[in-house]
Amino acid sequence: MWFELIIEPFQYKFMIRALIVCISIGVVCPFLGAHVINREMSFMGDALAHAVLPGMVVAYAVGFSPLIGAIPMGIVVALTIGFIVKKSNISNDASIGILFTGLFALGLVLLTLLGGTRINVEDILLGQVMSTSNTDVYITICLTAVTLILMILLYKQMVFIGFDFQGATVAGLPAAKINYLLLALLSIVIVVSLQVVGIILVVGMLITPAAASSLIVRRFSTVISVGILFGVSSSVIGLYLSYHLNLPSGPSIALTSTIIFVLAFLTKWRWS
Amino acid sequence: MTLRCPCSQEHCTCCIQVFNACIEFESFLALDDVSFAIPRGVLTGVVGPNGGGKSTLFNALVGLQPIAHGQILINGLPPGNSRGKISYVPQKERVNWRFPLSVWDVVSLGKSAKVSLLQNLGFTDNSLIEESLRKVDMWDNRDDLVSKLSGGQRQRTFIARALTQEADILILDEAFSGVDISSQEGVINVLRSLRDEGKTILVATHDLNTLADRFDEVLCINRHICAHGKPESVFTKEILTELYGSHGEVFAEHQIGKHTHVV
Repeated sequence: MWFELIIEPFQYKFMIRALIVCISIGVVCPFLGAHVINREMSFMGDALAHAVLPGMVVAYAVGFSPLIGAIPMGIVVALTIGFIVKKSNISNDASIGILFTGLFALGLVLLTLLGGTRINVEDILLGQVMSTSNTDVYITICLTAVTLILMILLYKQMVFIGFDFQGATVAGLPAAKINYLLLALLSIVIVVSLQVVGIILVVGMLITPAAASSLIVRRFSTVISVGILFGVSSSVIGLYLSYHLNLPSGPSIALTSTIIFVLAFLTKWRWS
Repeated sequence: MTLRCPCSQEHCTCCIQVFNACIEFESFLALDDVSFAIPRGVLTGVVGPNGGGKSTLFNALVGLQPIAHGQILINGLPPGNSRGKISYVPQKERVNWRFPLSVWDVVSLGKSAKVSLLQNLGFTDNSLIEESLRKVDMWDNRDDLVSKLSGGQRQRTFIARALTQEADILILDEAFSGVDISSQEGVINVLRSLRDEGKTILVATHDLNTLADRFDEVLCINRHICAHGKPESVFTKEILTELYGSHGEVFAEHQIGKHTHVV
């Protein structure tokens, strides 16, 4: 019976591809998510996911993987948001809100104009990891590897800058540049995650596992490790649920991470 | 032409020199014609009322705030070029306490601007971190979260971070706000022992109380330099009135673009 539950799904190639993507996302999302939560950038993360829609639609329309269109779009939007937050007189959340609503709307219009019937809107909004292609798997593995390596190498620098921007600048760190790099990596991770959880549910992988972890452990480095454990558990358990119960994969995964969050919250609540 | 140091000593050892600096924010003149010099190895208290320009001056010294005119030299170089030599402890409001970092984590950050990226992976010598923590008497608290510390412990943690950064100049903004009187003593004792090791230290504080005479020198700022010298010579009734009294008169003739000095 265990064999059927655990191993049987992977007689299908598409499930193996889905598992690889899910594990990659489960590892990389909480790593960035821990930074995002502590820098109060969650709304920006959500906004970024919406804002890449035009890039995805155009890539679809010209016959590429939506990943290939969304990644440059994501980086451009992330850096633009970073720039606007720095320069604009309108409050941060308002500027971000305006930009992401505008681009999301543009994406939906383009979808009708260019997409025709070839694009499944639901897959874009809610994710569809079971339909990941081989190319998408390779792209995902490369991008998550590069992101993880950079996040590990620049770990101390990114923490210093997030904790004390001025102190880090005076200590000689290129704080503004590293912040832009963090934004670029964030947009890459979000775009890669869209395959799994889609535009609407991306917060469920980016924020929820790291937030659950920060409820029950204290130190930043531990928040990241436990967050990764939660992230991988959410995406893999969600994938199994989706397969066995015939549920849409994105919502199953996002719901699993939310349940883990609620359990962490209750654990914390009982302790204190 | 080299500028003559504002200290006007024959053999000057000043590592911070400010020549006729003015700082403007759009239509507001924050600091007017500020000149002073700080010798190496001196603990200086920068005192003045809130809004008197202490933080603005510090930001200019570390290169975070451009000056409208005049010149600032740190070890003979413009502030932007002397990064790493200075360690800056911002006001506590400017720090993101949300980050769950332990005392050890924060102190180890001091090295991050210097180490190669691979040393980030943990292949690094921790003896400097331990030594710094012991110097400020925070070794026993090394696993505590900084967000949970008292004001005095936080300041000592940041001072230890400056030590691991191996900076020779320490600049602490509002180092005593939120620090109770008995802990202030502990912080200033740490600063005095670092001064004895040759560090140059500037500490801004808006309240004078009992600390003022623990500094080697005091620099009084209320949008201009009111006085600079040994505490006993600076704290006269006239200077304190100028420093903390109404500044309407003092600034009657100061207007944007009309500075009292020749540029």
